[in-house]
Order: sequence, then structure tokens, then C-alpha cells
Amino acid sequence: MLSFNYKSLLKQPIAQSSLSFILLILLWHSLAIFLESPTLPTPSVVLTILVDETVSGQLLHHLSATLGRLLISFSIAMLLGCAIGIGLGINKRLNNFFDAWLLIFLNIPALVTIILCYVWFGLSETAAILAVVINKLPNVIVTLREGARALDDELLAMAKCYRFSKLKTLQHVIWPQLHPFIMAATRSGLALIWKIILVVEMLGRSDGMGYQLHLFFQLFDVASILAYTVAFIVVIQSIEFLILKPLDKYALRWR
Amino acid sequence: MSNISIQIHDKSYLNTTDNSTKQIIHNVSLSLKNNEFVCLVGHSGCGKTSLLNILAGLDSDFSGDISLGNTPPKVGYIFQSPRLLPWRTVEKNISLATDCNAENLDFLLETMSLSEEKQHFPAQLSLGMSRRVSIARAFANNPDLLLMDEPFVSLDSPTARQVRQLLVNLWQKRPHNVLFVTHDLREAITLADRLIFLDSKPMTIMKEIRVNIPREERNNETKIEQFRQQLFIDYPEIHTLL
Repeated sequence: MLSFNYKSLLKQPIAQSSLSFILLILLWHSLAIFLESPTLPTPSVVLTILVDETVSGQLLHHLSATLGRLLISFSIAMLLGCAIGIGLGINKRLNNFFDAWLLIFLNIPALVTIILCYVWFGLSETAAILAVVINKLPNVIVTLREGARALDDELLAMAKCYRFSKLKTLQHVIWPQLHPFIMAATRSGLALIWKIILVVEMLGRSDGMGYQLHLFFQLFDVASILAYTVAFIVVIQSIEFLILKPLDKYALRWR
Repeated sequence: MSNISIQIHDKSYLNTTDNSTKQIIHNVSLSLKNNEFVCLVGHSGCGKTSLLNILAGLDSDFSGDISLGNTPPKVGYIFQSPRLLPWRTVEKNISLATDCNAENLDFLLETMSLSEEKQHFPAQLSLGMSRRVSIARAFANNPDLLLMDEPFVSLDSPTARQVRQLLVNLWQKRPHNVLFVTHDLREAITLADRLIFLDSKPMTIMKEIRVNIPREERNNETKIEQFRQQLFIDYPEIHTLL
């Protein structure tokens, strides 16, 4: 006789998170039915719109515009941030000099940077990307600075003694130690950049998710706002599961 | 063959808590020539590691002069802790630090009883195994100057004996200068051509003694013990160092 052990199945993490996700959808559905208000459509209405927008190409058009900006601004912020952060982390004098600058940039509200970039450089793509980079850069610098400060002196001494070239030291001694800090900066960076890009697009672009959400807000179209939000979450989770997690697993296989 | 002469007038550390300076080494002068095996014997904390770091070029903050011969020697350094890269395998840890060929690497790993661990990461090794990898790394480098900072401390005695024998074999096969730090006098007598006893706070040379036991008799523990006892009779002051 075929027997099925529900108890052991429920102990699986994937089963637990699926169950919790289904419960959330059910709650949403019940609340929407109960309220019967256009401000809270049911999950099925949102799903229908999501499919329609995908088929019409509208969603992909705006999503790819936002993703393009994300990719460019994220890459610039990470590259610059890693270089400056490592520099400040290993050079005390440089760090003392620029610490005040960093503090100021960390505390400027994102909205102020966005407005100033648009005022100074016009409502252009460059201004939009620059605004995102300026907002993200200080976080990457601070995270990588801590990473560089925590570098193991004993391993660096070993590398020096065995005459590792600079490139070899960077690749085999420094980079693996910075990996957790880079991943932390990447994850917090993606979360932050998404949010800033939406504001940037809302204020000064004519495409992208932020622009589109603003449009739906003016039309009071909550179902479309939720449909775009779902698309958003799917993309972010895909990046986490398809890129970041496998990368982590490979880089940390020695643990 | 490189002749090495070391003259350190002063090596001090700054104590950051009260801004005072503490002198670690004062007027130490020694030389290594003709592929000598020299053992430094002294208290832990007497500055032996500082001396090795200066020789390895890891510390340039001292007053004095180090002459390493015409061409800078290839240094093999066995640190007190293994200092392996945790994210690289045993094989990679050795090959990254040296230009050792695969055959020599396999031979070294086999001698160190590490063949099965070739593809392991350091986290999968015991401390003794990690130490053996760091020893293999230093040997694989074919050094002109081998610096060893209490390398056999955490090895069990059969392994320590085996690795000690390997060290002597490799050294005799390919002679080079060795500076070996230990506080185990028996080990020092077994290995060294010359013993240097160091006083501490700050480090100065207390006594230099040549070990005249022939190499082929160094495995004879009675001979080693006799030599040790005679040392204590001839130079009772070295008692305070051990």
C-alpha cells in the first residue's frame, strides 16, 4: 500500500514556505471579497492584468527600461565603491581625510540627490543613472571599507613572503576575504537601487516601472499597480535564486 | 649558496595603550654561511618570531642591517600557525606559493601522509594536517633560506620524527641555510650545526654552541641526551632559558 507521510513533508523548508505563501494569497483573496472595493482587487484580477500586460508587451518594455538602468547604475556603483572602499580600508590617512565626505553623502536624502541631478544635468538618462549611483555609492564604500579593514594580516604576510604577485594576492588572498562583504553590498544594493530607480523614473523619465506606477496612481488603477509589483518581486527573487545564491554556493564551497 | 649576515641594533614596538615603546631586540648580530642549520633556542616571547619576520622581509621597522647576499634568496617560511588559504585546496595552497612541479608535489604530499587530502580544503583538515601542508609548502619552494618557527609543536611524536627526518634529508640533498626556532633543546640538538641561546627582554645572544655530533648519529637518543646533559654542566646559565 502506498503511504504518504505528511508530517515529514511539512518539515521540508520548501513545503513550509509554499504553505505560508498560499496562506498569504488566501488572506488577500478573503479580504478582497469581504471589502468588495476597487482599491483592493482579488489576486485573480491582478493575475489577469499581469498576463494581459505581459502579452501586450507593455510590462516587458517598462521592466526592461528599469532593468537596463539598474544594471548600469549598479555596475558603476559596485565597481567604484569596491575600489574606493578597499582604498579607504587599507589606507588610514586617506580614510581619515575622506571620512567626513562619506558621512555627508550617506546622509543626503535620496530625493535631494535625484532633484539636484535633474536640475543640474537636465531630465536625461545620464542624470537619472548618476542620481542612482550617487545614492548607492556610499553604502558600497562603507561595506567594502569594513571588509578591507578586516583583511587577515597573517595571510597577506604569507603571500608577501612567498612572493605572490599583486594580481595573485588580489585574486587568491584578498578577493575571497572580501566576498561576504561584496555579497552584502550587492544584496543591500539591489534592494536600495530598485527603490531609488522608481523615484528617479517617476520624477523625470517617460518609461520604466516608476513612470508606469505613477501613471496608474493618477488613474487610481490599484490592480495594475499590484500586477507590476508582482512582476517586480518575481524579477528580484529570480536574481537572488538564479544568480546570487549559486554564486554564493560556488564561492563558499570551502566552508 | 648565500651567506647571510644579520645585525639588528634595535627593534621596538609601540604600545598603543600608554604610548610607551618596548624594546624587543637589542644588538643581535649573527651570520649563516655554508648552508648551515642553526637553531635559535629561547623563551617564548623573547623576539624570535620578530627576528624571523625581519629576515623574511615582512618587517622593515628596525634599525640595523640585513645582508642576504648578492641575489635575494628564495625564502621558505613555516609560520607558527599554518596560514593556509581556507578557500583553496591543499594542492592549490602549495602550488600557488611555489613553482613546484606535479611530481615533486605528489612526493611531498606522500611523505607528509597527505596524498588523500590533496583536494581537501583546510577546513576539512586537523591542525596537525594543516601544519604538515604548511611544511610541504615551504619545502616545495626549494628555498635558499628556510625559516621555521616552532614548526613541529602540535604534531604527534612519530609524525614529528618523520617530518624532522624529511627536513634533514631534503636539506642534505639540496643544502641551504636554515634558521629554526624552538624551545625544545633535544629537537635543537638533533637538527642543528649550531645552537644559539637567546636571552629575552630585550633579545640578546647569550651563548653560541656548535653541535659536534656526527649527522649519522643524530637518531641516537642517548647521544642527544648525553650532549644535553653536558651542555647543562658546561653552561649552567642556559638552564634559565628552558
